[in-house]
Amino acid sequence: MYAQMVKSTGQGVTPREEMTPEEQAFQDRIDADEKIEPKDWMPEGYRKTLIRQISQHAHSEIVGQLPEGNWITRAPTLERKAILLAKVQDEAGHGLYLYCAAETLGISRDQMYEQLHSGKAKYSSIFNYPTLTWADMGAVGWLVDGAAIMNQVPLQRTSFGPYSRAMIRICKEESFHQRQGYDIMMKMAFGTEAQKRMAQDALNRFWYPSLMMFGPSDKDSVHSAQSMAWKIKINTNDELRQKFVDQTVPQAEYLGLTIPDPDLKWNEESGHYDFTQPDWNEFFEVLKGNGPCNKERLGARVMAWEEGAWFREGLSAHAEKAAARRAAVAAE
Amino acid sequence: MSSEWPLWEVFIRGQHGLNHRHVGSLHAPDAEMAINNARDVYTRRNEGVSIWVVKADDITASSPSDKGPLFEPSNSKVYRHPTFYDIPDEVGKM
Ligand SMILES: [Fe+2]
Ligand SMILES: [Fe+2]
Ligand SMILES: [Fe+2]
Repeated sequence: MYAQMVKSTGQGVTPREEMTPEEQAFQDRIDADEKIEPKDWMPEGYRKTLIRQISQHAHSEIVGQLPEGNWITRAPTLERKAILLAKVQDEAGHGLYLYCAAETLGISRDQMYEQLHSGKAKYSSIFNYPTLTWADMGAVGWLVDGAAIMNQVPLQRTSFGPYSRAMIRICKEESFHQRQGYDIMMKMAFGTEAQKRMAQDALNRFWYPSLMMFGPSDKDSVHSAQSMAWKIKINTNDELRQKFVDQTVPQAEYLGLTIPDPDLKWNEESGHYDFTQPDWNEFFEVLKGNGPCNKERLGARVMAWEEGAWFREGLSAHAEKAAARRAAVAAE
Repeated sequence: MSSEWPLWEVFIRGQHGLNHRHVGSLHAPDAEMAINNARDVYTRRNEGVSIWVVKADDITASSPSDKGPLFEPSNSKVYRHPTFYDIPDEVGKM
C-alpha cells in the first residue's frame, strides 16, 4: 500500500519459548493491545521494520503531492483549484506527521530524505503513473485516496503509539480527499459525452495501478507474519484489496462507468466480487524504477530539495542573527 | 528572592495510546524533581501512565491578539470538510 512490501526481520515469528523474557513481555503488551511508546524497550527488528514502514509511508505522502500538484495551475475553476490546493497541502501535512513519528524511533529527517533521494527507500508505486487529464484528479481522489483509506483505517490500531496517533489524525483528513475526487467523477461522468469519455479513460488507467497499491499477495510472507504478530500490519494485502474492490464496484456503477475487467463479477457464494489481478510484473518493474514517471518524480523531489537549500540556510542564518541580537540586549 | 525555582509545564498521558495533555504547572529545581512533584500533584488518583515536564521558559506561545490573522483564514475554507461534498447514499460511506 503506501508502504508496499515492507521487509521485516525475514525470520518469521519467533516461537514464544525461544523468546527472551524481554521479548515475551513485549509481545504480551502487544497482545493486550497496549501501545508501545518511543522510550519503551523494543526488539531491534520491531524498530527497524517500523522505521522502514513509516518512512516509506511518509515518502509516499510527499511524492504523492506531485501527480496532483501537476493540475493545480490548470484546474478548471477557481473553486476546484482551491480544493486541490487544500488537498495537496493536507498530503504535505501527512508526510510531516509520519516523518516525525519515524524520528521518535531514532532516525533523523535528513537520513530519511537521503534514503528517498538516493533511491534507496521506496514510495508507493501508484505515484509513478502520470496524471494526463483533469478526470485523473477525480480518479486519484476516488481510487487512490480510497485505497489509502482502506489501509490506513485499520492502522489507527497499530501497536506503536506515535504511528497510531498520526494515523488517527490522517484518517480524519482523508475523507474529504476521497469525496472531492468522487465529486469530480460525478461531474465528469454526468457531463457531456467528451467528459464522460475522459472519466472512463481515467478509470481505465487507474484501476489496476490502484489494485497494486495493496502489494502482491502476502498470505505466505514471513515478513507479513512477523509484522502482523507485532500489530504493525493488521490485514493481509488480499483482504484489503478485496474490500476495496467490493466497495468500489457499486461506486463505478453509480457513475455509469465500466471497470476495465471483463471477468469482474459478483460471486454469490463468497459474497464478494471476483476480479482479475493486476500485472505483477509491471508492479515489480515500477518498484525497480522503470515505471512511466519514476525519474520525473524523484527528479522533482531532488530538485526541490537542492534548489531550496539556499532558503533553508537563509532561515537558519536569520535565526542565528536574531538569537545573537537577543543575547546582546540581555547582556546590556 | 533570586533563586526561585523555575516553572514547569506538566503533560500527562491519561491512558495507553493517547496523546499527552497539558494538565497544569508547578515549580521545581530540576526536571527530575518536577517529574516527582508532578506525580504527587497530578496523578494521585491514577490519572496517568506517563508524565512529560517542560520548562515554561522553553515554551513559545502564539499571542492572543494574533488569533484573527492566525485562525480566521480557515473559516472560509469550508471545502476542507467532507460535508462540503454531496455524495449520494447509494454509493456507501466515503
Ligand atoms: Fe495520500
Ligand atoms: Fe495522505
Ligand atoms: Fe489523501
